[in-house]
Order: sequence, then C-alpha cells, then structure tokens
Amino acid sequence: MSENNQREPWFSAKNLKLITEPIGIKNPITVLVLGICSALAVTVKLKPAFVMAISVTVVTAFSNLLISWMRNSIPNRIRIIVQLVVVAALVILVDEILKAFVYDVSKQLSVFVGLIITNCIIMGRLEAFALGNKPWPSFLDGIGNGVGYGVILVVVGFFRELLGSGTIWGYRVIPESIYVKNGGFYENNGMMIVPPMALILIGIIIWIQRTRNKSLIEE
Amino acid sequence: MENLINIFVRSVFIDNMVFAYFLGMCSYLAVSKTVKTSAGLGVAVVFVMAITVPVNYLMNKFLLLPGALSWLHPSLASLDLSFLSFIMFIAVIASIVQLVEMVVEKYSPSLYNALGIFLPLIAVNCAILGGSLFMQEREYETLAEATVFGLGSGLGWFLAIISIAAIREKIKYSNIPKPLRGLGIAFILTGLMGIAFMTFMGIKL
Repeated sequence: MSENNQREPWFSAKNLKLITEPIGIKNPITVLVLGICSALAVTVKLKPAFVMAISVTVVTAFSNLLISWMRNSIPNRIRIIVQLVVVAALVILVDEILKAFVYDVSKQLSVFVGLIITNCIIMGRLEAFALGNKPWPSFLDGIGNGVGYGVILVVVGFFRELLGSGTIWGYRVIPESIYVKNGGFYENNGMMIVPPMALILIGIIIWIQRTRNKSLIEE
Repeated sequence: MENLINIFVRSVFIDNMVFAYFLGMCSYLAVSKTVKTSAGLGVAVVFVMAITVPVNYLMNKFLLLPGALSWLHPSLASLDLSFLSFIMFIAVIASIVQLVEMVVEKYSPSLYNALGIFLPLIAVNCAILGGSLFMQEREYETLAEATVFGLGSGLGWFLAIISIAAIREKIKYSNIPKPLRGLGIAFILTGLMGIAFMTFMGIKL
C-alpha cells in the first residue's frame, strides 16, 4: 500500500467516489441487483438488520483487500474456489465473533450469517473490481458496497419494525395507549412482519430512486 | 414414509426457498426474463441440490458434528469441528458442481448445452448453500430425510423461477409506471407471489 501512498493521497477524489457511488447511483441492491439473497429475511427488526449490514461490510472489504493482494498469483481457472475459501474463512471469523459478543442476534440471523459466503455482492465485487485493482481502492470499494447494501437493509428494517411492531431498536415508539386493545384506534400492520413485505418495500425504494434519477430507468 | 412426504411438501410449498427465505434471489431476478432459460437454470438447481444436500449431510454426520469422528479412532470422540461447516459445505458444493459439469458434458452433451453457463453459476447460488445450512440447522435424522429435503427445496425454487418468468413474459405488454419497469415490478411481483404462497402455511400431512 505504500507505493499507492506515494502516487496519490489515500482519500483522493477518485478513491472517495468508490465509497459514495455504491451508496447512490451504483447501489448494489437497487441498481446492480446483487446481494438480495441472504438479506431480506433479516429485516423484520432493525437490530439484526444493522448487525447483518456491518458483517457484510466487513467481509466485503476484507475479502476485496485479500483477493486484490493475491490477484497476480491466483491462476485464472481456479479463482472461484480460491475466492470462496477466502470469503468462507472471513465469514467463519465473523460468525464466531457474533456468537461471542451478540449471541441473541446471532441466533436470530441463524443460517444467514453463513449465507454471506454466497452473497452475490461479495463475489460480484471480487470478480468485477478486486481482481483488476490495487488493494487500497479495492478495500474502499468493498466498504462502499457494503454500506450501500447496509443502507437499504437498515431502511427496510426501520419501516418494518416501526409499522409492524411499533418499536425501533426494541424501544417502543408508538405509545401503548393508542392501541385498539387499550381503547385506542391504532393497530400494528401485520403485513409488515411477513417476509414478502420486504420485497415490496424494496420495490418501492427502487421506484422512488428511479423517479428521482431518470437515467436509471430500464428500457 | 409419512414423515418424508411431510418434509417434501413443506420444502416445496411452505418453506419455499424463494418466497419464504429469499434464497437464490440474484439469479432468480437476473435469469427470469424468459421461461426457457429459467427452466434450464431451474433443472440445474434441482439436480445440484438433490446431490449436495445428502452429501453434506454425510459430511456433517461423519466429520463435523461433536464426536462425529469417533468412527475413525475412539480418542477423537471429543473433537468438535462444527465451526468448519461453512468452509466444508462450500467446498463440497463447488467441487460437486464441477464434477456434475464434467459428467454431464461427457455423457449427455445435449443436456450440457441446455444447462450451458448455468452450472458454474450455481456454485454461488445462495439457495444451494442455504439448503445445506438449513439441513444442518433443522437436524434431519436420516439420509432419506435430507435427500427428500434437498429435492423438495430444489423443486420449490424451480417452481418459483418458472412462475415469475411466465409472469414477466406476459407483463411486458402492460403499461407499468416507467420507474417501476424491470427490476422494480419484479420485486413487487415476487412479494405478491410470496403472499400467495403463505396460504400454504400450516398445512401438515
């Protein structure tokens, strides 16, 4: 990384763009259609969604970094399996750390931590970016894409928890007294808790994003 | 037997990989533009799933679980390798996909041409790894149960991708709001189909 340091500053405009672009116009979920797989089942509550977002960001960033370091010594034919092994090793680390420090969230995420391995964002970024770029830009690209993914996850998690359970991060936001069972008028939207609603929410996010940014419209 | 049928029906309809767990969504959304290609990918998934889940079941039972290695030597009985399951499963899947690809290429070139680029893609399809991880988490007891679960989950995925492809072929002629075209409407459609599939919930044989 030192050679990189001499040529351009660590946070040059070009490098910063690697972080900001995936959050907006190159968002991995809403524009590139990557990484929807393991994500949506964990967004019923905000907390697991947030933990998942951080885990994916860490794994994407470090796998990008490692693969980019090794990119000149990996034979092309077996690169997929090398990538899978690197990613799987990182995911095992993340899984053990989650089990040690946030056991309850780790139980809620269940198999979805393991499924980070096959998260298309990671493989997609490894193939598309890390194999052709220096370690430092690859690391930033990994962080950018992880955050871009995390933002969508957290937004979906926020609305599903708020409208479906009336809480945010486990704290009650909508007061108990206005619920029907306590003589009020309000009822939680049970639809928000079922899995398909996450897809519909993402559809709506895509709709809003493409209405604001016409260049993303398909066909 | 009843138990096996129950697992099969559950894995196809109730715990459907796509509609209940969103697994394999990337290829599901990317490939589902025409029925023909989706059928190719769907068959490949069923095929690989029905092989990898039982193989990983054996791996799990005889290598990874606490005490699983005791068949090798009694002194290994206290060993617990279950933290290695991710790396083990993904390696098994990647190599089986490679193996299946070679076998199919040799013995059935027509099937190989039909499956085409989809076979290598499958190694990174979350539904496949998901199948093995769910198999481990739900602790199926016999090899038959694991096999039936793998087959059922694969078929469920097949069903999902065929139906969304058929809908997307028809919907091309509809007047959808411009920003929603393509990806947006595919998400919302999948959500609606998921709600439809929820009606199977609670069915028990």
